[in-house]
Amino acid sequence: MFNLFKFSSPASFYPLAGRLTTLFAIASVILLAVGLYMRFFVAPTDYKQGEGYRIMFIHVPAAWMSMFIYVVMACWAAAGMIWHTRLSSMMATSLAPTGAMFTFIALWTGALWGKPMWGAWWVWDARLTSELILLFLYVGFMALESAIDDPRRAARASGLLALVGVVNIPIIYYSVQWWNTLHQGSSIKVVKGGVEASMSEIMIWTLLVMTFACWFYTIAVALNRVRSIILERESDSMWVKALLQGAKS
Amino acid sequence: MRDLTLAMRHRSDVLTTVFFFIIVVSLFPLGVGPEAQLLKEMAAGVVWVAALLASMLSLTRLFADDYHDGTLEQLLLVPQPLSLIVLGKVLAHWIISGLPLVLMSPLLGLQFGLEGDALLMLMLTLLIGTPVLSLLGAIGAALTLGLRGGGVLVSLLVLPLYIPVLIFGAGAVTANAMGMGAEGHLSLMGAILLLALVLAPWASAAALRISVE
Amino acid sequence: MENGLLEVRALACVRGDRQLFSDLSFSLQAGALLHVHGPNGSGKTTLLRAIAGLVLQERGEILWNGTSSGKEKDAFNRELLYLGHHYGLKLELTGYENLKVFANLSGAEISEHEVEAALRRFGLAHCVELPVKVLSQGQKRRVALARLLLQSSKLWILDEPFVALDAAAVELLLEVIKTHVANGGMVILTTHQAVAVEVGSVQHLHLGQ
Repeated sequence: MFNLFKFSSPASFYPLAGRLTTLFAIASVILLAVGLYMRFFVAPTDYKQGEGYRIMFIHVPAAWMSMFIYVVMACWAAAGMIWHTRLSSMMATSLAPTGAMFTFIALWTGALWGKPMWGAWWVWDARLTSELILLFLYVGFMALESAIDDPRRAARASGLLALVGVVNIPIIYYSVQWWNTLHQGSSIKVVKGGVEASMSEIMIWTLLVMTFACWFYTIAVALNRVRSIILERESDSMWVKALLQGAKS
Repeated sequence: MRDLTLAMRHRSDVLTTVFFFIIVVSLFPLGVGPEAQLLKEMAAGVVWVAALLASMLSLTRLFADDYHDGTLEQLLLVPQPLSLIVLGKVLAHWIISGLPLVLMSPLLGLQFGLEGDALLMLMLTLLIGTPVLSLLGAIGAALTLGLRGGGVLVSLLVLPLYIPVLIFGAGAVTANAMGMGAEGHLSLMGAILLLALVLAPWASAAALRISVE
Repeated sequence: MENGLLEVRALACVRGDRQLFSDLSFSLQAGALLHVHGPNGSGKTTLLRAIAGLVLQERGEILWNGTSSGKEKDAFNRELLYLGHHYGLKLELTGYENLKVFANLSGAEISEHEVEAALRRFGLAHCVELPVKVLSQGQKRRVALARLLLQSSKLWILDEPFVALDAAAVELLLEVIKTHVANGGMVILTTHQAVAVEVGSVQHLHLGQ
């Protein structure tokens, strides 16, 4: 039987991660190319929003990714807490910057899209606000991680923070939503629902392709980052020294 | 209990927190302008944000002294659940820094032109909400123990977690003022308090174990 | 009461990026003392803290009476008294109050009389009512050490207990340690002072070689 736990040790995971990185990087580039082509040339112009809606093909996957990545990160952190496996917390660490990047992209493209659609760069819409808070959570995670010198303590402390965050996300999300309905008069009616309902099949496909491109990009980047983290933390161990020797000669 | 005796020997700390709270609240009218109607609408939000900041200010002290003199190590080695000890410390923190805010709030509400019923509601929400702030803050304080710039880091970690309390706390006062009834808000805050009571001491205890290492 | 047996198996500890020690195994029985030697930075304190459960080991296990000390934390902690570099004293409280707090936390029923007797034994009779912050280093250390007399813990883990003590206090502490070991207690200690720790059975462990 395929032994999964064999790869939970950094030494055996390192080469595997290297191969997977290449694989996912290629897949992500291809999908991205296809997705961008579909996005600009194949998908029809939206009858209500014109060409501007095309930014949605990057906005929506980015927003999805930003939330998925946090959950995945928390899962790795939980695994690291329970089994004390070093690799799990390294994975959590390596996912955070990518997650923060997608959150930022989602906010930024959202603002670009909001300007022509709503006439404002920013509205205190429930989704936008929760996305912003998510960005804060990512930044807090990374700040805590980098403030602690001892890598083991850093990994465990930030892992705990990720878990606390993931418990809070639904509470924050629902409270923001409720807050938004209470203040509905001041905010502009969101028309997003209208777009999604009227999406043609080709739009959905484009969106899916773009989402998978983002997924593969995330996996590739996270694996690559985890490789360098492994090298850094295990720099004392025999196999890393052997590897570096080999690279030099 | 021990924390309370200790706090009493540092009486000025309590006053600092309270005065910080008062000053922050008093700054808002100066920044926004003295129109009574506007201030009345803002009152709940302003008082709540100030309470958030004030309770956070005292957070770094929660475990720091114990950490530096080695008491924390000894507390980890006591044959009692650490989360219970944490709960005790959080309770002491709340009595020192949260309760005075609750007691001061009607006075500040008066400054903003709130009246009888609204003042009571403001006090009630703070009474339910400030323990949550102490509980969640304990997690952040435990995580950042002994770090450079721990104080700023605590705010970065803890403030996003405070958002639901802020929304429901200030929301309850506003809803009450608009005559919509605030039972929904209050019961949700109660639920959050219960959840925090169960989970936060446990999380803080885990964080302390990590930080003491 | 059970006999008390501490076993350390294949223990490895890491500090930062540095491997302090690995594959460390030993066992300690009731009525024995373990003296840990080693130069600065060889991991003595980390070893003591790992045994006390303050530091999570990288690999290996620590068994108390055959069960992992991490799993049966409360039972293990009841038998443990750890004194580290920090005294764990509250400066604003008096020596008497400090000891009382520890006694309450460890769940032991201790009368005022016993606390005063312990302080008097360590030559602190005149400063029972003084806050700890006005005491000297050596006196603070004595207050912390007075706990040894108050708690009926089996295993004492003492990190540099002789630091800051004068000759008379060192003698006294040796006396206390000897009595403890003779009564079936266990002691693990480190020290840089040339103190002859001679009791029933002394084991030596050398780190950093």
